Amino acid sequence: LPVWFSINADYFFLQFTIPIDNGDSVKTAEADSQRTLYPYVTGTSIVAIKYKDGVLMASDMGGSYGSTLRYKNIERMKAIGKHSLLGASGEISDFQEILRYLDELVLNDNMWDDGNSLGPKEVHNYLTRVMYNRRNKFNPLWNTLVLGGVKNGESYLGMVSMIGVSFEDNHVATGFGNHLARPILRDEWHADLSFEDGVKLLEKCMRVLLYRDRSAINKLQIAKITEEGVTVSQPYSLKTFWEFKAFNNPTAGAEGSW
Amino acid sequence: MDLNLDAPHSMGTTIIGVTYNGGVVLGADSRTSTGMYVANRASDKITQLTDNVYVCRSGSAADSQVVSDYVRYFLHQHTIQLGQPATVKVSANLIRMLAYNNKNMLQTGLIVGGWDKYEGGKIYGIPLGGTVVEQPFAIGGSGSSYLYGFFDQAWKENMTKEEAEQLVVKAVSLAIARDGASGGVVRTVIINSEGVTRNFYPGDKLQLWHEELEPQNSLLDILNAASPEPMAM
Repeated sequence: LPVWFSINADYFFLQFTIPIDNGDSVKTAEADSQRTLYPYVTGTSIVAIKYKDGVLMASDMGGSYGSTLRYKNIERMKAIGKHSLLGASGEISDFQEILRYLDELVLNDNMWDDGNSLGPKEVHNYLTRVMYNRRNKFNPLWNTLVLGGVKNGESYLGMVSMIGVSFEDNHVATGFGNHLARPILRDEWHADLSFEDGVKLLEKCMRVLLYRDRSAINKLQIAKITEEGVTVSQPYSLKTFWEFKAFNNPTAGAEGSW
Repeated sequence: MDLNLDAPHSMGTTIIGVTYNGGVVLGADSRTSTGMYVANRASDKITQLTDNVYVCRSGSAADSQVVSDYVRYFLHQHTIQLGQPATVKVSANLIRMLAYNNKNMLQTGLIVGGWDKYEGGKIYGIPLGGTVVEQPFAIGGSGSSYLYGFFDQAWKENMTKEEAEQLVVKAVSLAIARDGASGGVVRTVIINSEGVTRNFYPGDKLQLWHEELEPQNSLLDILNAASPEPMAM
């Protein structure tokens, strides 16, 4: 192997003559293009809606490793500063790295000590820049992010994908949620939902995802963000329904067994 | 049948880390393979990082060794600068740093376990990609596929040191029974406030599972021990 092919250990204030992996793509013809090729540990859908007092967001606590439901206690929604809530689907290690970037962002914001603090719009914009620039270097952070928040009475809900597509809406969903949850939300969402109605609506979506998304697990959290701040619920499970008559012995009377 | 002796050394492996009431127990098998050939049947996959933190290695033998070596080096410096033993969390984060930033090149899954005075016994799983997950117990390596169901049923909180070690030995032994890439002996390392204990369970002393037979020296012993007509149907 060529002599430059060694791992990056440049973070511990030492003099190493190892080339730094700074996330750039193709280096030389020999160099393996530095790109994230595929995700390993992934989170599935995030579903979020605006409601009367702010934003509600739901996610399950699963971290899948291919088809194995390997981790069942991963928190995929985190508070950012005072005014924002970030939910992520996709590669968990990249989400953890994004949280570190945001930590630094919030720290620097606090250090100004000027009474101002980053709102959801600013955080969403920052994330959009990060995701899009990584995409341009062919080294994406393999996540779809949902950013919700409230500042000065204004609710905000937006989304950024791993290729840098960014937008705001009254209701958003990632992954499977796009296909299964959004149609429900398009039908049943309306402005000024109460907390109870909002939670019930999210739970309706999450239950469908539980039935129809192979990587969903029955352990979820719902997070709420209002002017007062962020609360993430304790983990809990949803009841499911299997007692349709048609489910009970569906192949009776059929030729073969399907 | 191609042994493929040029294949990279891989530790198919079964690795386990379990917390108990007072510390952690780390366990692993001992097989290192090059393709279909067993390059080392008595490897030690539980590697020391500091006096109080150890790591279980799986996947590419070379990758896991070099990552461990770097982190041991960094932790040594960190301990000197800090003036006290490094915490398990810091050790896990250093591993994460290397694993995440070199995710395109490395192929190793690690379980970091240890004891420090702030948090007690802790286990951190660091799979491919560099995610860090703090867990009450962690399993890894190819043999772990056969243990998800086992742990779902057998794991409980606040075990004693003896219960925890027995669970680990049983689990590695079960994985060895079904995973071709795992085998050899079961090694365990117990870490708590009192220190570190290494144990060794040779393959022939483990419990027998389904369709496994009691090992013998020779057929002749069976024949001689049996009744006068041993070969009759």
